[in-house]
Amino acid sequence: MEFYGYGRPDGSVGVRNHLLVLAPIDCSYEVAKRIADQVEGAVAVTQHHGCGLDWMVAHNLIGVASNPNVAAILIVGLGCETLNADVIEEGVKPTGKPVERVIIQEEGGTLKAMEKGVRLLRRLAEEASEQRREPFPLSKLILAVECGGSDATSGIAANPAVGVAANLLIDEGGAVIISEPQEMIGAEGHLTGRAVNREVAEEIRAMIERQVRRLEAMGIESRYMSRGNIEGGLTTIEEKSLGAVRKGGTRPIVGVLRNDWNGLERPRGGGLWLQDGTGWDIGSVTHMVAAGAQIVVFTTGRGSTVGHAIAPVIKVTGNPITYRRMRDNIDINAGTIIEGRESIREVGGRIFRFIVEVASGRRTKAELLGYRDFAIFKRDRAAERLLGFI
Amino acid sequence: MVKALRIDGGDNVATLLAEASKGERVEIISDEGVAITHVEALEAIPFGHKIALTDIGEGERIIKYGEAIGVASRPIKRGEWVHTHNVESLRLPERRV
Repeated sequence: MEFYGYGRPDGSVGVRNHLLVLAPIDCSYEVAKRIADQVEGAVAVTQHHGCGLDWMVAHNLIGVASNPNVAAILIVGLGCETLNADVIEEGVKPTGKPVERVIIQEEGGTLKAMEKGVRLLRRLAEEASEQRREPFPLSKLILAVECGGSDATSGIAANPAVGVAANLLIDEGGAVIISEPQEMIGAEGHLTGRAVNREVAEEIRAMIERQVRRLEAMGIESRYMSRGNIEGGLTTIEEKSLGAVRKGGTRPIVGVLRNDWNGLERPRGGGLWLQDGTGWDIGSVTHMVAAGAQIVVFTTGRGSTVGHAIAPVIKVTGNPITYRRMRDNIDINAGTIIEGRESIREVGGRIFRFIVEVASGRRTKAELLGYRDFAIFKRDRAAERLLGFI
Repeated sequence: MVKALRIDGGDNVATLLAEASKGERVEIISDEGVAITHVEALEAIPFGHKIALTDIGEGERIIKYGEAIGVASRPIKRGEWVHTHNVESLRLPERRV
């Protein structure tokens, strides 16, 4: 099976052709936004963790810029930051993509930087517009799966149906990334049992254990179930986590992707990959996009509006009432499972076909609304050191 | 008729797709949407909660998604509501909510 995408110099394939205006530090974000506003197809992003060179932040910014959905990059820096244009440009170099830069202090302020930036970006846009979509095998796709605003339907409808679609993509040679180790607590035995070998099983166990220790250090009971969870029908933490990880499907787990100061790993082939990340939805989606995911499938019960700056986000709900109320935001109604009108397999097949259509250019609801959610999450390095993780 | 979803072939519980009242006949369907069997609800069971598909002895595993989600803390009859009153986590024997 094929999709129509944009071939990149490094052999990866984009499902979108975005121009990324990247402010490595928020001091230059105002200028970056104004430049992006002048050119069709451009999107500006930044991070809010200061201008020191924190490599977890840098790896994520570089990862996003390297994502195949980005055709070309304009870096907009202030000039005095340590996490600067050199760091980003060096990191993005292996992709072979066009990269330009404008530095506000060197240009002499906002207006001069804007003029230079807009001119550079217009040229990048012209070049990008010459690219045409071509057919590629589905093995070129990396899908991220995420959930937020879950309810009693999530674990029995939306997540299992997305899991069916994840399995179908993996069977075509594609890769799937699932993150949020916090939601894997209680499913350790299940996940390690699906690891392709002992090393991967040990990495999974260690990743979840680190998250348990972080929560304990924060004073949060890691095995906690909320009253709402229990009232909704979830009996144990095992059941809750098994329902959450189901959105990644049921295929073997081929590896754990590092995401810290020592690197942000990308899938090294097809199959299901776990990523060490965060439970914060937008930060988690950005982590997976930084690891190369071109498309995101997001399951919700109560409803979510999330999109992403450079990746289409397909939203799926298992709650038929939420679907009817939030049709403007939600792409796929898996509530037909709850109503007994469609099976998990049927809805999974529908989601899979939708993924392929979106990969070829069909717009998601979040894209039609112009959503550009973006956030970089980083862990507390001091806490990680005190816990003995680094 | 009220339906309940058995997500994996090895499961001994199914999740109700609508509320069942006491004595109501519940149709159990698979992930392919196929009706597998019927179970009489021995008590009222809310939407999203689980019904036992077999008799489950004390200490026996509760299976959903083809995996143990806990153990029976007392004997459970086919058709009974399966929840925190008769299941304990393997991960968290002492309940802390």
